[in-house]
Amino acid sequence: MITLQNVNKHFGKLHVLKNINLEVKSGEKLVVIGPSGSGKSTLIRCMNYLEEPSSGKIIVDGVDLTAKKAPITKVRQSVAMVFQGFNLYPHKTVLENLTLAPIKIQGIPKSETEKTAMEYLDKVGLKHKANAYPAQLSGGQQQRVAIARALNMHPKVILFDEPTSALDPEMIQEVLDVMVGLSHENITMVVVTHEMGFAREVADRVIFMDEGEIIEEGTPEHFFTNPTHERTKLFLSKILR
Amino acid sequence: MTGPFAWFKWEALFKDWAIFKDGFLTTLTVSILGLALALILGIFFGVLSVSKIKIFKFISRVYVEFIQNTPLVIQAIFLYNGLPLIANIVLPVKTIGVLAVGIYHGAYIAEVVRAGIMSINKGQLEAALSQGFNYWEAMRYIILPQARIVMLPPLTNQAVNLVKNTSVLAMIAGGDLMYRTDSWANEKLYYGPAYVLTGLLYLIICLPLATLAKRLEKVNFNNINRTEDEEMNIGCDKEATA
Repeated sequence: MITLQNVNKHFGKLHVLKNINLEVKSGEKLVVIGPSGSGKSTLIRCMNYLEEPSSGKIIVDGVDLTAKKAPITKVRQSVAMVFQGFNLYPHKTVLENLTLAPIKIQGIPKSETEKTAMEYLDKVGLKHKANAYPAQLSGGQQQRVAIARALNMHPKVILFDEPTSALDPEMIQEVLDVMVGLSHENITMVVVTHEMGFAREVADRVIFMDEGEIIEEGTPEHFFTNPTHERTKLFLSKILR
Repeated sequence: MTGPFAWFKWEALFKDWAIFKDGFLTTLTVSILGLALALILGIFFGVLSVSKIKIFKFISRVYVEFIQNTPLVIQAIFLYNGLPLIANIVLPVKTIGVLAVGIYHGAYIAEVVRAGIMSINKGQLEAALSQGFNYWEAMRYIILPQARIVMLPPLTNQAVNLVKNTSVLAMIAGGDLMYRTDSWANEKLYYGPAYVLTGLLYLIICLPLATLAKRLEKVNFNNINRTEDEEMNIGCDKEATA
């Protein structure tokens, strides 16, 4: 579904991604962990081309995004993203947040997309907030709306960029519950997170990044019981207290 | 009774009211069309100026700086006297009026639009792009509607100034309100009533504009609070986890 070949990214002198090779299979749940500044956010943002790599190839759903005149906006319609800061549209109601892009970009009739929108809002437990504005919701509720907004695009992939990092501790679980629910479906998920419990429960594969490189990858069992790399051990010992 | 505001002078003025009506209508037309042009140019160059692409930024910069740093009068005279000489283009005076105030205030509105866009959290554009909106669609559906609240007060300023600045047409025989007043007053030598009436006529256009904007601001007041609250929350949370 997503293939990265020899991807490098520089921010000025900073070498953020160093020769990354990665393949995400259709339906796979991939969790990316690593310390701050390790390049994991940049990596996931390359997957929908919000970040343009300095070199290398990114192929999503058979389309080479790095090619000239690649249909990037088209690909993005099937690669949804959930952000750390939610980024709901504050001037639109919850329901409008879910239906704006399907109506304007995908050309889906309003009545149809509103119907699916209500189903997804129900799924994240926020059907009753359909006519509220984002600022009237708590952080956890906003993030659940953001997930429903992603789902209403009927994407093949959802990218989660630290979806719970901006939340108060008591709100983290409600968002994780929604994500765990999603993981039972045949949708490709790439999740950057510090929630190790979630990684253990949901991931098919975990990759650990540090200083712009993929240091180690494997199943959750391998990771949490028997990591091979010193840096992975150090990181996990700090985070799993 | 004599003096600058003697009654017979007012009588003469009202006898010739059609002249002032013509001028008023010309000014109104030029103002409306000029404002439309200024908004189009302003939004276009404003959006261009926040583009990632350097050449777009540069083009927008050149337009804004060049227009803002030369007098409107010179620009109007250039359109009136310069264009026929240089390019053999002779434009109708009203068109010159629309172009002059449209281009001039477009440059100021571009700055208003730029500031408005910059006031919106960067995450909004990213969210829109990630959903498959292209840059202009993102601006149209997501960014500009939010920026509108910030832009409205300075935009009204520009609209009111634009109406008043249509009087530049008086310099090039434009047939606008100011021109009619000048020529009538110079002919009759009844300056007092002529300029008082003209002032009032400009007021009739500008005051409703300013009032309308005040009202829109109030309607949007709740919106503003809502937006700012949310932006602030996000901002704080981001810092806390950084």
